[in-house]
Amino acid sequence: MTWLLRLLSPLDRKLARDLWAMKGQALAIACVIAGGVSVFLISAGMLDSLTETRRAYYERYRFADIWAPVVRAPDALAADIRRIEGVQAAETRIRAPLLFDIPGMSEPASGEAISLPDGREPLVNQLYLMEGRLPRPGQRGEAVVIDSFAAAHGLEIGDTLSATIRGGRSELTVVGRALSPEHVYTIAPGQIVPDPRLYGVIWMSRDALGEAVDQDGAFNEAIVRLMPGQDAAPVIDRLDRLLDPYGAPGAYGRDDQISDAFVSSEIEQLSTMGRILPPIFLAVAAFLVNVVLSRLVATERAEIGLMKAFGYRDRDVMAHYLKFAGLIGVLGLAIGGGAGVWLGRLMAGLYTDYYHFPFLVFTANPRVYLLALAITVAAVGGGAILAARRAAALHPAVAMQPPPPPDYSRTAGMGLTRLTLLDQPSRMILRRLVQWPGRAGFTLAGVAMSGALLVGTLYFTDAMEAMVSSYFDQSNRQDVTVSFVEPRQRSAFHEVARLPGVLAAEPFRSVAVRLYHGPAEERAAMMGVTRGAALSRMIGADGRGVETPPGGLVLSGDLAATLGVEAGDRIRVEITEGRRPVLELPVAAVVTTLIGSGVQMELGDLNALLGEGEVVSGAHLVADGDAVDRLYTALKSAPGVAGVSLQSVAERNFRALMDESMGVAIWLYTGFAGLIAIGVIYNSVRISLSESAHEFATLRVLGFTRAEVSYILLGEIGILTLIALPAGGLLGTGLAWYFAEAMSSDLFRLPFIIHPATYGFAAAVILVTTALSGLIVRARLDHLDLVAVLKARE
Amino acid sequence: MTPAERQTSTAPCFRTRGLTKVYGSGENAVHALRGVDLDLPEGELVVLLGPSGSGKSTLLNILGGLDAASDGEVWFRDHELSAANPAALTLYRRRHVGFVFQFYNLMPSLTARENVQLVTEIADNPMKAEEALGMVGLENRLDHFPAQLSGGEQQRVAIARAIAKRPSVLLCDEPTGALDSATGIRVLQALKQVNETLGATTLVITHNAGVAAMAHRVITFSDGRIGEVRTNEHRVDPSELSW
Ligand SMILES: Nc1ncnc2c1ncn2[C@@H]1O[C@H](COP(=O)(O)OP(=O)(O)OP(=O)(O)O)[C@@H](O)[C@H]1O
Ligand SMILES: [Mg+2]
Repeated sequence: MTWLLRLLSPLDRKLARDLWAMKGQALAIACVIAGGVSVFLISAGMLDSLTETRRAYYERYRFADIWAPVVRAPDALAADIRRIEGVQAAETRIRAPLLFDIPGMSEPASGEAISLPDGREPLVNQLYLMEGRLPRPGQRGEAVVIDSFAAAHGLEIGDTLSATIRGGRSELTVVGRALSPEHVYTIAPGQIVPDPRLYGVIWMSRDALGEAVDQDGAFNEAIVRLMPGQDAAPVIDRLDRLLDPYGAPGAYGRDDQISDAFVSSEIEQLSTMGRILPPIFLAVAAFLVNVVLSRLVATERAEIGLMKAFGYRDRDVMAHYLKFAGLIGVLGLAIGGGAGVWLGRLMAGLYTDYYHFPFLVFTANPRVYLLALAITVAAVGGGAILAARRAAALHPAVAMQPPPPPDYSRTAGMGLTRLTLLDQPSRMILRRLVQWPGRAGFTLAGVAMSGALLVGTLYFTDAMEAMVSSYFDQSNRQDVTVSFVEPRQRSAFHEVARLPGVLAAEPFRSVAVRLYHGPAEERAAMMGVTRGAALSRMIGADGRGVETPPGGLVLSGDLAATLGVEAGDRIRVEITEGRRPVLELPVAAVVTTLIGSGVQMELGDLNALLGEGEVVSGAHLVADGDAVDRLYTALKSAPGVAGVSLQSVAERNFRALMDESMGVAIWLYTGFAGLIAIGVIYNSVRISLSESAHEFATLRVLGFTRAEVSYILLGEIGILTLIALPAGGLLGTGLAWYFAEAMSSDLFRLPFIIHPATYGFAAAVILVTTALSGLIVRARLDHLDLVAVLKARE
Repeated sequence: MTPAERQTSTAPCFRTRGLTKVYGSGENAVHALRGVDLDLPEGELVVLLGPSGSGKSTLLNILGGLDAASDGEVWFRDHELSAANPAALTLYRRRHVGFVFQFYNLMPSLTARENVQLVTEIADNPMKAEEALGMVGLENRLDHFPAQLSGGEQQRVAIARAIAKRPSVLLCDEPTGALDSATGIRVLQALKQVNETLGATTLVITHNAGVAAMAHRVITFSDGRIGEVRTNEHRVDPSELSW
C-alpha cells in the first residue's frame, strides 16, 4: 500500500488518504450509484434483450401479423388471400381445441391442435424444433408437442399421447418437441397465467387434423405476414370482406394476439420501470456526492488555501475534488455494472420460465452501457462540480484562516428553541436543524424519497393481491369452467350440471363481437350470463355483481374508455356469429374490471338477439372437493366438451407467479430503495458526526455519557426521519398512483390500493436503517479521541 | 485554614506514584511522562510550567480522567483513577472536574447562559448559571451566542461553565494562551476568585512564567519529569502581573 502511494503525486496521495478516511461514506454513495446503474442496466438490458430476442425470433420464424379465423372456408381461397396487396405470405390452417388424457393425472388438460402444411415448412408461424422432426405427410398419428407441455409431463420422442379432438379420440405418437412464436406466452384462452401441465399445444399434419375435425379441403384460420412497413388495417379490411361469407368473426392483428399481447405488456412495464427508478437513484447519488464533497471542501479550507498559496491553479484544485467524486462514481459503476449484469441474467432466467423463446440471453447492447456511463457521469459530475467550484473559488488568504464559528444568534435564537422547558442537548438538536436547513432538507428529501420508493414498489404486492382477490374471489368463483366444442342446447348444460361432484352450475354463452361508437371500433368477447349469476360475472366497484337490465349491456371500464361511452349511451354491436345481427344497444352500466375486459348481457337476451333458442357455450361449476377426481374423469369423456379450465389451479398459478418472478423483482426494487435509505441516512449521520466531533468530544470531556452524546447526534436524524416518514408515505402514494396509471395495459389494470401494512413495512425498513446507521456511527462516537480533539482548534 | 494546614489535616487531593505515559511503541515510542510522583493538597492553586513537549498536558489529561496512564498510580482523594473504567471516569469528570481549555470549546449553538446550563443540568449541586456567569463578570452577556462574544468573554464563559457545578478540581490548559495580556488578566482573576470562593483545587498550565507568582505552588516540568516544586511565600494578585 505505501509503495503504491509513493508512486502517486502528493495531491493524489492526499486524495487516496481522504478517500480511505471516508471509505464508509464513499461506499454508501457508491452503493446508491450502483443501485441506479443496476436498475437501469436491468430494465434497459432486459428491455433490449426482450425486444431484440422477440424481433429476431418473430423475423426468423415468420411470426404472423394477422390472424383471420373463419368457421369453414375452402382451401382455394388461399390464393386470393396471397393476392391481397401488402401480403407477403399467407397460410391457411386448421386450429381446433382438444382435451388431453394423461395417464396418472386426474385433472383434464386442455389445449389446441394446429395443422402444419403437408410436406413443407409453413410460410408463416414456423416452429422452432428443439428435438425430433415434423409429422410426415400421410402419417395420421404423429404430433409435435410444445416443449413446455412435453417437459411438464416428461413426454419424449416416441411416447404416445391421447387426445380428444371434436369428441373423437386420437392416439398420437410424439415425433418432435418445439416452440412457436405464437406461443411465447403459452396460455389457455381466458386464462391469465400459463400452466404448462394443464395446457398444451400440438401440431399435426393438415391431413390428419382435417380428418379429425371434419375439415377436409377446408381451413378455419388464415394467417398472414405483411410486407415490411405495410399497415395492418387495410389488409384486415380486405380479409374481412373476403372471408365474410365463411362465418368470419373478424381478423385481428398482433395487439389482439394473446401471447404477443403479454410480451408487449411486459416490455411496456420494463420500460416504465426503467424510466422512473434510475433517475431517482442517480438524483440521490448526485445529492450525496455534493453534500459529502462540500463538507470535505469546508474541512479542507486550510489545505486548499495552502495549495493555492503554493501556486496550484484553480483548475488543479477543481480537478482534485472532481477526481475524488470520479473515483466514487467509478466504484459505483463497477458495483452497479456487475450487479446489473448478474441480476439481469437472473431476471432473464426467470423470464424464460414464463416466456418461451428459443434463447433469451441478457445482453444489453453497448449503447446501454454507454448510456449508463453517461448518466452516471452526469449525475456524479453534476453533484461534484458545485462543490469543486466552491473549492476553486476560495481565496488563498481566506482559506488559511479558520472558518468563523457558526453564528446561531439569528436563526436559532428565536421561537421554539428558546422554550425554557427544553434541556440543553435537545436545544442543541433543534438549533442545529434550524441552522442548517439545507442539510436537514437534504436528509429529509433523501429519506422521504427512499420511503416513497419503498411504498411505490411494495404497492405492487397490494395491487396484485387485490387483482387476484377481485378476479378469483369475486368475479370468477367457479372451480371449473367447461366450454363446449360448439354452442349447444340448454339440455347439454343440465347434463354437465348433473355430473358427479358438481355442487352448483351456471351456464354461459360467449360470442365474439365488434363494438362501434362514432369512429371508435373494438373487438371484444360478449358474455351472456343468467340473471342473478353468482359464479362468474362482472363485479362493480362495490364488489357486488351488476344486474344486467333486460336488453342492456354491462361494459368493462377500459372498453368504455376506448369507445368513449358512458352508462346511458347506445352503441352499435355486431355479433360475429349465427345470423350475425348488427344492433343498437344501450349501455346500462360501466364497471371497473381489473383483469381482462369484455361486455356482458343477459343470457336470454343474447339468445334472442341471435335467434338461436336456448343455447349455451359452456358452464361454470362449483365442485365438491372430495369428489373432484370423479368430476374430472367424467369431464374427460363427456361428449362435446372442447376445453376445461380449472380456476382453483389458475389462482394457485397466479400466486406462484407473484411469489416467484414478480416477487423477485419487487424485493429487488425494495432492496434498492433500502440502499438509498442507507446511503442518505448513514451519510447524514456521518457528516454531522465529523462536523461536530469537536463539540461531541467537549461534551464527553464535560462528563456527558456516551448515551447522552449519542442522543444529540442521533436525535437530529431521528427527528428528521420521523418528519420524513409521512412525507415519504405521501410521495409513495403518488408514485403508486403513477405506477397504477402507467403500468395498466389491455390485459389488466392495477387497482390503486395501498394497505396500511405497506406503509408500516416501509416505515419499519427506514427506521431499522436509521437505527443501524446510528449504531455504526455511534461506535465511532465511542472511540472519539478526546485528547486529540481538544488539542486542535476545530 | 491555610493550604498548609489542609495538607496536614486531610489526604491530598491528587496523588501520583511512578506515573508514566508512553505513546506508540518500539522505535517510535514517545515517553511523555517518565515516572511522576506528585502530591497536591486540597484547595491549592497550582501553576504548571515547562517547555513545550515536556508532558504538562499529558499529566493534566490523566488527572482529569481523559487519558489513561501507561503505568503507575493516580489517586483522586480515595479513588484510584488508574484503575477506573471509562464509565467511572465519565462519572468522575461529571461530578468533580471542571475543565478550561485554550480554545474555549463552547457549543456554538447555545448562548452563554445555556452553555453553562448544559453542565448544571447534569450536576448534583450546581449554582445558578447566572451566578456562575456573574462570578466571571458576564452578567450582561447571558443571552449572547459564542459568535457574538470576544475571545476573552468566551474563555470566561468556559470558566463559568467549569465552575458552575462547584467542581472539586479545576483543570486549565493554557487558559490565556489565545488571549492578549489585559484579557488574560481578567481570566486569571476569575480563576483566582473561583479558587478562593469554592475552594476548588486548581491546576493551571501556562507558558508564562510570570503567572506563577499568583500560585500557592509552582511545579516545573522538564522531559516528562517534575523538575522543581516550590511554594510561594507571597502570592501576587493577577492584576499586578504582566506579559
Ligand atoms: N497522541 C500522541 N501521540 C504521540 N505522542 C504524543 C501524543 N500526545 C502527546 N505526545 C507527545 O508527548 C509529549 C508530551 O506532550 P504534551 O502535550 O503533554 O506536552 P506539553 O508539555 O503539553 O507541551 P505544550 O506546552 O507544547 O503543550 C510530546 O513529546 C508529544 O509529542
Ligand atoms: Mg500542552
